[in-house]
Amino acid sequence: MKTLKEPDGNTGRFYIRLLVAALFVLFGCILLALRLYSLQVNSYNHYLDLAEGNRIAMLPIVPQRGNIFDRNGVMLARNFVAYNLEITPSQIVDMEKTISALSRIVDIDPKDRQRFYNFLRDNKRLESAPIRTRLSDEEVARFMGQRYRFPGVDVHARLFRDYPNGTLGSHLIGYISRISDRDAETIEERGEEANYRGSMHIGKSGVEATYEADLHGITGHEHVENTAGGKVVRSLKSEPATPGSDIELSIAIELQKVAEAAFGERRGGLVAIDPSTGEVLALVSMPTFDPNLFVDGISSQDWNVLNEVGIPKEKLNKPLLNRAVSSAYPPGSTFKPFMALAGLNAGKRTLTQKMVDSGGFAYGGHYFKDDKKGGHGLVDLHKSIVVSCNTYYYVLANDLGIDAIASYIGQFGLGSRTGIDIPDEKEGSLPSTAWKRKRFAKYGREHQKWYGGETISVGIGQGYNAYTPIQMASAMATIANDGKRMRPRVLRAVIDSHGQRQEVPPELVSEVSGKPEFMAAVRRALEDVTRFGTATRAFAGAPYRAGGKTGTAQVYSLKGQKYDKSDERKRDHSWFIAYAPAEQPKIALAVMVENGGFGAVSAAPIARQVIDAYLLEKPVVKPVPEDAGAEADEEGSDDHPDNDHGNNEARVGQRGHTG
Amino acid sequence: MSRRGRFHPSQLFESLSRPLDQPLLLILLALLAYGTLLIESAAPELLGRQFMNIALSLLGMWVVAFISTRRLLALAPVFYCVGVALLIAVALFGTVSKGAQRWLDIGSFLRIQPSEIMKIAMPLILAWFFHKRENSIGWWTFLLAALLLVGPVYLIAKQPDLGTAILVCASGFFVIFFAGLSWKLIAPCALVGVAAIIAITTSGNQLCQPDVNWPGLKTYQKERICTLLDPGRDPLGKGFHTIQSTIAIGSGGFTGKGWKQGTQTHLAFLPERHTDFIFAVLSEELGLIGVLVLLGLYMALLARGFMIAARAPTFGAKLLASATTMVFFTYLFVNIGMVSGILPVVGVPLPFISYGGTAVVTLCLGVGILMGIARNKPER
Repeated sequence: MKTLKEPDGNTGRFYIRLLVAALFVLFGCILLALRLYSLQVNSYNHYLDLAEGNRIAMLPIVPQRGNIFDRNGVMLARNFVAYNLEITPSQIVDMEKTISALSRIVDIDPKDRQRFYNFLRDNKRLESAPIRTRLSDEEVARFMGQRYRFPGVDVHARLFRDYPNGTLGSHLIGYISRISDRDAETIEERGEEANYRGSMHIGKSGVEATYEADLHGITGHEHVENTAGGKVVRSLKSEPATPGSDIELSIAIELQKVAEAAFGERRGGLVAIDPSTGEVLALVSMPTFDPNLFVDGISSQDWNVLNEVGIPKEKLNKPLLNRAVSSAYPPGSTFKPFMALAGLNAGKRTLTQKMVDSGGFAYGGHYFKDDKKGGHGLVDLHKSIVVSCNTYYYVLANDLGIDAIASYIGQFGLGSRTGIDIPDEKEGSLPSTAWKRKRFAKYGREHQKWYGGETISVGIGQGYNAYTPIQMASAMATIANDGKRMRPRVLRAVIDSHGQRQEVPPELVSEVSGKPEFMAAVRRALEDVTRFGTATRAFAGAPYRAGGKTGTAQVYSLKGQKYDKSDERKRDHSWFIAYAPAEQPKIALAVMVENGGFGAVSAAPIARQVIDAYLLEKPVVKPVPEDAGAEADEEGSDDHPDNDHGNNEARVGQRGHTG
Repeated sequence: MSRRGRFHPSQLFESLSRPLDQPLLLILLALLAYGTLLIESAAPELLGRQFMNIALSLLGMWVVAFISTRRLLALAPVFYCVGVALLIAVALFGTVSKGAQRWLDIGSFLRIQPSEIMKIAMPLILAWFFHKRENSIGWWTFLLAALLLVGPVYLIAKQPDLGTAILVCASGFFVIFFAGLSWKLIAPCALVGVAAIIAITTSGNQLCQPDVNWPGLKTYQKERICTLLDPGRDPLGKGFHTIQSTIAIGSGGFTGKGWKQGTQTHLAFLPERHTDFIFAVLSEELGLIGVLVLLGLYMALLARGFMIAARAPTFGAKLLASATTMVFFTYLFVNIGMVSGILPVVGVPLPFISYGGTAVVTLCLGVGILMGIARNKPER
């Protein structure tokens, strides 16, 4: 290294270095200026967004859910405030330890624990999950004293849903439950995530689900300025929530109570309709369940009970199934009045035309037997309904052909959804050649072909026929309303948060074609059913005149075995459809009792009680004893189509497909 | 109009202010005023104390400006030895605070930070050293100078106080550089530095693994550098400072959100907002315009410093003035660099602006030294 001895050398070198340093400084300053220019000018919007996001948080204001009332203003679903003990999992190090420590302050039973862990598993979007709901005041006070020991645990006031009538009308009212991950996806698909920000619950079934949009209300929000620690400094602006609308149902809950009580322990469905408006007065599915169990998360024990875990398939009661709208059954003889109208209007029968029923009808090598040995003798249309003569309808079905039957009876809404405002309505099946082709599209051509013999059993409401109680009730109401089919509805009015009441107008779906005198004739026959026919005993002493028709639908193919009444699950389904009073029908209904046996025995007495309750001042409420009138009166011995072995065989083949 | 004649106040003021370089004083006062404006926004409760700090600093500056450079350089060995002794004392009996052993408690209430003394003592001793050997500068001179530099820097870095170590190291290095350190030595150092930066930026992920130790740096220092490379790796922890200060700067835009209107500042998103991160407050509230005003003031300060260095009468004074000027630059570059996210977060305040007694005093003493040199320029 060279040594510099001259001072000038040192100084000269110094000036060069000073220049280099000055350039270096200039370069450094330009670098900084460029960096700042890029941050403050080029990326300004980006950082402004970030700063705004930092600063402003939007807190949702959850609207109060609307109440549900019956037609007389009886509360069916309401809200109340209670305190939850909630844990924010992200702030907890040792969950088990925290919960055990908490359990020394408030009661936490294994059920609560289980439910809490289920929440964590199923609801990942939740920030906090309740370990205990509905704390008592004393428990709240005890916890608040110890709160400092539990970071990540806090007491929150929450709105709860309460169904004051418990199990009454549970399928109809439905229930709300925690928003699951799947619900969250649905909400997202509908683009409503903003409205559900902060909402904990959503309607899952019944009216709670159908009118979720009205009941939920509109979430408000509060824009708040936050610190880095998430502390709210001040509220910038807020938009209040719009509470959910109240809903008034057409249901008369007292009538519902009578109907459910009349079912007793039996399984089945009932729908009662005001024929002139389509308003549903009662909608029963038995057995019921307690919707309150679902509100703050159902425990696995309760869930297992309701879903009948571990119970053999043939013994299931399916309490969660809404039999009134989601389950279709062969209508049995309740199909006959519709067949009669089809025959009259197609010109295949006249009102006076008589035939001889000698005990059955031979077709294609099979003998379709009547259930009365030796037949009903000389039968006209009126009598065919009153005594429920099978042979008359075997022949009529054969004369009409399946497609004529289907196209006429389809006008009553059978085989298509009625459009009732209850979720999960089933279509049922109104068989026709087209229907069979579609139904068996996956199978061979052979299976898709319609056989004449199949038409014969359709004529008496068997075979592929399957309808829901709501369809049968609506069809009955259509007859009662002179062929004007009204859309069945449980919603009567929506009352918004300002008290503005919006009535739901009756909706005419369609008018059944045909001559009014035919309709009147069939109604006369139906009215005689309760006076002289199969439902005489059930309507004995009624102070009004009612039209009705019994039905007994085969459940189980006997395959040559003897019909065995002792195995309850193999018994026939019992149907009764009715309307009253005959002069000016105010109520039309369909009752179906699963495995109830003869329609006249099980279903008709329930119908009687419901009609009494609705039309009379002081109805007598008592469950109908299960085997009341087991020794059915002469005419009450309803059709039981399975007595004929040949006929039975043909049907076994069909059932193989329908499952 | 005074009747006292000879003791006219303006004359007194003139005699008192004569040693003060007026352009430098104006720039300094402008910077200090700018700083108090920002402290009023970021931490108004500390404004009174900052005025006290400033008054004390100006007094110190004024005193130092009266001392001739020659005498100052002669005192350098004393300062240096005292400084080193105190640093050793800190290493042995220092007070630990915030994870670092930087302070020395004297009595029960006075607490001094000896590393701060070295910021002044280091350029002084080296300038004195080269001045003494002005006519016989050889490679051994640089070696000895390097030894004088390395010892204290090592002690400071060990405390650990990376920010001060960098500043002390820079102050010494600049003296050595201006004294004529061979480019042949500077070039390899620069190359090593560039290589290290390239290594970190290209394979930072591997180097930033927790089990990789970096020679000579503590884990938290390594973390800072790694965090700079990728602030997102710890957004709520160590990267939080950088992310939030960058947001503050960027969201200020061209004109800023207005004085006292910075949301990042006033909603506590910005850490250390009145001390090391005050530049972010400036950028957020006064925008790019405010930033350019500050950079302009700094450049004026540096330019005046370079002028003083160029006109300094002796080699030692030249070295001292230029190194002091470059230290100012180091302060501002490191601080603005870290706040705007191009340098790792080290504890370096924004010169003349950040709140804090020690920093202002030290910096103003530096300005005093410059003024002392300016007073002795050959023309006079």
